[in-house]
Amino acid sequence: MTLANAALANETASYLAHVRRKRLYGGALLALFALLMLSGFKLANDRNAGGFWDGLHRIFDFPAEIFSEAFVNWRNLPGLFVKFVPSLIETLNIAAVSTLFGALAAAALALLSTRGLSLWPRMTPLFRRMMDVMRAIPEIVIALVLIFLLGGGPVPAMIAIAFHTTGALGKLFSEAAENADTKPVEGLASVGAGWAQRMWFGILPQVAPNWSSYALLRFEINIRASAILGFVGSGGIGYDLKTALQWGQGKYDAVVAIFALLFLTIMIVDHISDRARARLVKGERAA
Amino acid sequence: MTAAAISAVPDLHQMVSRKFRHRKWRAIAAPALIAAYLAYVFFAFDLPGLMSRARPENAAILLGDFWSYKTHVTRDNRSGEVVSAIEGERKGEYPPGQAPDWVSLGEVTRIALPDGSEVLFLEDGSARLDIAGYGVMAMALAGRTIELNLPPGTDKPEWLSQSKNRVSINRGGWRFAMTPSKTEVFRYQIGWELFFFTLDSPFHGRSLPELAALALWQPRLDPALPNAAAMARDFWTNAMWRHGEVAWAMFETVLMAFLGTMGAGLIALPLAFFAASNFAPARALRFALRRLFDFLRGVDGLIWTVILSRAFGPGPMTGALAILLTDTGTFGKTFSEALENIDAKQVEGVQSTGAHAVQQMRFGVIPQVAPVILSQLLYYLESNTRSATVIGALVGGGIGLLLTQAIITQKDWEEVCYYMVLVVLTVMAMDSLSGWIRRRFIKG
Repeated sequence: MTLANAALANETASYLAHVRRKRLYGGALLALFALLMLSGFKLANDRNAGGFWDGLHRIFDFPAEIFSEAFVNWRNLPGLFVKFVPSLIETLNIAAVSTLFGALAAAALALLSTRGLSLWPRMTPLFRRMMDVMRAIPEIVIALVLIFLLGGGPVPAMIAIAFHTTGALGKLFSEAAENADTKPVEGLASVGAGWAQRMWFGILPQVAPNWSSYALLRFEINIRASAILGFVGSGGIGYDLKTALQWGQGKYDAVVAIFALLFLTIMIVDHISDRARARLVKGERAA
Repeated sequence: MTAAAISAVPDLHQMVSRKFRHRKWRAIAAPALIAAYLAYVFFAFDLPGLMSRARPENAAILLGDFWSYKTHVTRDNRSGEVVSAIEGERKGEYPPGQAPDWVSLGEVTRIALPDGSEVLFLEDGSARLDIAGYGVMAMALAGRTIELNLPPGTDKPEWLSQSKNRVSINRGGWRFAMTPSKTEVFRYQIGWELFFFTLDSPFHGRSLPELAALALWQPRLDPALPNAAAMARDFWTNAMWRHGEVAWAMFETVLMAFLGTMGAGLIALPLAFFAASNFAPARALRFALRRLFDFLRGVDGLIWTVILSRAFGPGPMTGALAILLTDTGTFGKTFSEALENIDAKQVEGVQSTGAHAVQQMRFGVIPQVAPVILSQLLYYLESNTRSATVIGALVGGGIGLLLTQAIITQKDWEEVCYYMVLVVLTVMAMDSLSGWIRRRFIKG
């Protein structure tokens, strides 16, 4: 009995020691994290042109300035909305086309880089690395290089976003394809179907809901990206925003109109795609 | 089969054939719609116009510049002075009286070129070109015009262009140009020249074993510093490639992503509790917070960047704050959804031992949501490293700024390539780091 008690006490002591050690590690990690955050903040602050504390009270100056000007010239706003709708459509077109092409390329790459499905199993690591690199190159770099080659306009942005989308969606697509049931593929193989047929009839019906859901999510992201790329010179509403900002005072009603259009578009698209994705993934009745 | 079942067969048949018809229609309509849309975009994006505006010759410049460099050998036709410089830049100039080994200086400057051709800068200011597979041509200055003498009995070749006061030759691997003020030879070579040490460094032009020997046991070249330290200094302060500044910029970019992501997580976590229906008693507050998250996400990073850079000026702090604001919205949404999906039993269990609210959170809730939160944070940290490059280009900080600056010059493509490689490597490193942390802490 005493022996058992002693063992229990021993056990308890070692458990408590374990807990203390865990807490110590947790605390140390937390302290390290806090230290990193603080020193990082200080460093970023020192390397910034204006300091954080100086700028903090000025954060609302610019919005206040543009909104008060837009408020005075509120009669211009409806006309400005109409004026910027074509560039908004261009931005949306860039996002849509690049999502379309990116998703198609991603589907091919994803199937080629999924274990068990690939046409050339030995090449899967190569396709994976390819997607990693495509994902890692920022869109802006490709867009700027293509602007040098092709001149301005929507096409450089489209290609740049499609390139990145291929890498990003390829990874997600391949993860979804990995979880697909391979029995239909085997069944198709047994009746002599080729690789493309096996994928088309065996895998695609299984992964289509997930893939479309990912593609929709990517479309949301790509709208934002195409607006940003417009800012560096490839068409769409971002370009209009840049010109309006460069003009400065007197054009602030245009800035407000663009902000509002961009904000509304993103909200609406987010909302619709949220619903559509819920339906796709959870079935018809979920939404 | 019962009577009811038999009577249902025609209905079933009808339903099935109707579904088939629908499917058939959809199978044709969807590709047709996409094709129509693409046709519309083809004209909306003005692709025919693009073909005419495209500058394929720029592609050749760019691709060549990515992995090669050129050395200029220039004679000032007034003073007669000959200078060799990498990329024609001051920072890449050879010290007076020195030149690459394929140039021999003297009364007559002899320049040996890769295809076996030779260019001579003669004492009288004229130039003699012995071009492989063609012959010898001479050109001399006569006042402001250039007299060109081709080998007898030959026509002007298509790689030579001539006007009254300019003769230029493009032979692919090298070029030659003569104007009244200067005579110049450009030779292209593969590689990133001066990547490690510039010409003014004593370590330039030494082989790897030589450098290793210098670093490890040979006497100091610079009495003030050990050789290894001097090498590090010369590399770090390389004027051509600016490794020190580039490393700082890359660090700044990662810092932006780190501060933005983690800051957003720190702000969003407590707010998410008030936005989750199973924790927040106040409906109005919940509704307000949700709209706030939607607003933060809806006002895109681009708009935040514009607004913030007015208040804080260019730099990494502005970029970090722009990331922080957008991601607070995203995290607020996903964290509060994660909190709504927790299992209430675990919290009840903790409650039954007499724990108070904070202890219930700590031991009942946090362990359930921690994996979701951690993996979200890590995923965004990686993706924000890339976004920080773009945001850096807009706010003027980090590697994004260097990249746009290098691209705008339209000639420093080798630097663009260098920065791109760095960004890709960094993003991939962040990717594998976050994957490692996820495996270590989430899957146990």
